[in-house]
Amino acid sequence: MKSIAQLVCEHPFFQGLDSEFCDLMCGCARNVRFDPGEYLFHQGENADYLYLIRHGQVALELAVPGKSPVSFQTLHDGDVVGISWVLPPYHWASDARAMSLTRAIAMDAHCLRKKCDDDPALGYAVLKRLLPILTSRLNATQMQILDVYGAPEQQP
Amino acid sequence: MNSPDAWMPEPVRVLRRKQELETTWTLELEPGQASKGAFAPGQFNMLYVFGVGEIPISLSGDPGQTDRLVHTVRAVGPASRQLATLRPMATVGLRGPFGTGWPLAAAEGSDLLIIAGGLGLAPLRPAIYHVLNNRERYGRVVLLYGTRSPDDILFREQLDAWNRLPDFDVHITVDHAGSDWIGKVGVVPALVPTLAFDPEDTVAMVCGPEIMMRFTASALRDAGVDDQSIYLSMERNMKCALGHCGHCQFGSTFVCKDGPVLSFDRLRGLLSLKEF
Repeated sequence: MKSIAQLVCEHPFFQGLDSEFCDLMCGCARNVRFDPGEYLFHQGENADYLYLIRHGQVALELAVPGKSPVSFQTLHDGDVVGISWVLPPYHWASDARAMSLTRAIAMDAHCLRKKCDDDPALGYAVLKRLLPILTSRLNATQMQILDVYGAPEQQP
Repeated sequence: MNSPDAWMPEPVRVLRRKQELETTWTLELEPGQASKGAFAPGQFNMLYVFGVGEIPISLSGDPGQTDRLVHTVRAVGPASRQLATLRPMATVGLRGPFGTGWPLAAAEGSDLLIIAGGLGLAPLRPAIYHVLNNRERYGRVVLLYGTRSPDDILFREQLDAWNRLPDFDVHITVDHAGSDWIGKVGVVPALVPTLAFDPEDTVAMVCGPEIMMRFTASALRDAGVDDQSIYLSMERNMKCALGHCGHCQFGSTFVCKDGPVLSFDRLRGLLSLKEF
């Protein structure tokens, strides 16, 4: 059975991170599981965790008045759920629902932020891992906003 | 193009019409003397709705099945809306086939990464039929398909059937979905980095909206695929289909006769140019 330190350091998000940093982060981590349909968090709640998915599938959703929630992204093995913990006001920007049995590592956000604040080199290393995720999600959002598969307004 | 006069539409009959999606229909046409024969996957025909207009529509059927010409049409404009209403025995004018096809001969021996967005799956379907008809000539095949929502998944039963084949993986993603969807949600270029494949031994064939193709080509390059191994099917305002009128000109390229399938090394500098 793997220790929490092994699980954290082997997760793609932390792979390649200096082992000293990685050990430091492990103090913020614990294993969690979510049953299908269970919510990891809801929009507007305090963003108290960073979740590293080990196995499973999570849908990021937005509630639409008068309609069913709309999912705009699914996250899978090796992905990160939740980036709102990085910057104030530390509130989730969407809901996150487990679509299947999901096992993850929950990293306590207060603990993470404190360690990153105390050691800027660690904070920078964590930010360098978060920024590509933010960029790819921004690119995806741009394409979704453009609705590229919608019917063109005028065709022959 | 088999016709002695490439400008002259040949009247052909509709054999069958099938509704695929809310506004998307597949028409099976009986080839005439001029349009009889093989076509290359990726080529298109000019379909003329008498009294309405002529539009380019890619062939979407099995190139090995020569007794019918299959086209999948989205009803979005005057001519395509009329095409979608044609019933068996109706007549339509046809010129073609025109243009370049997917690089299926050059890709023999390689793994294939087939990436489709929305209705872009239709021009790629003949290539998939060809690969399945000649399975021993190709390596592993991965099909990535992205579309707007679960209700917009084209050829859904075939996608399921292909996914059950050995050495043929199908990954579907949609831009948004309700909570009853159990598949992936997100844009199709984002699937590329999640795949394990050998970029030096992979040929990528991409068809979909131009923005989707641009992002996908970028993801493929980031994954290490050479520009010469990335092929895109371009959609432009094709009118004559013979490279004379210039309506589909794209830089020095005439999409109708030099394309529609072009390698990314020819397109790279042109894809981000603004049109006006």
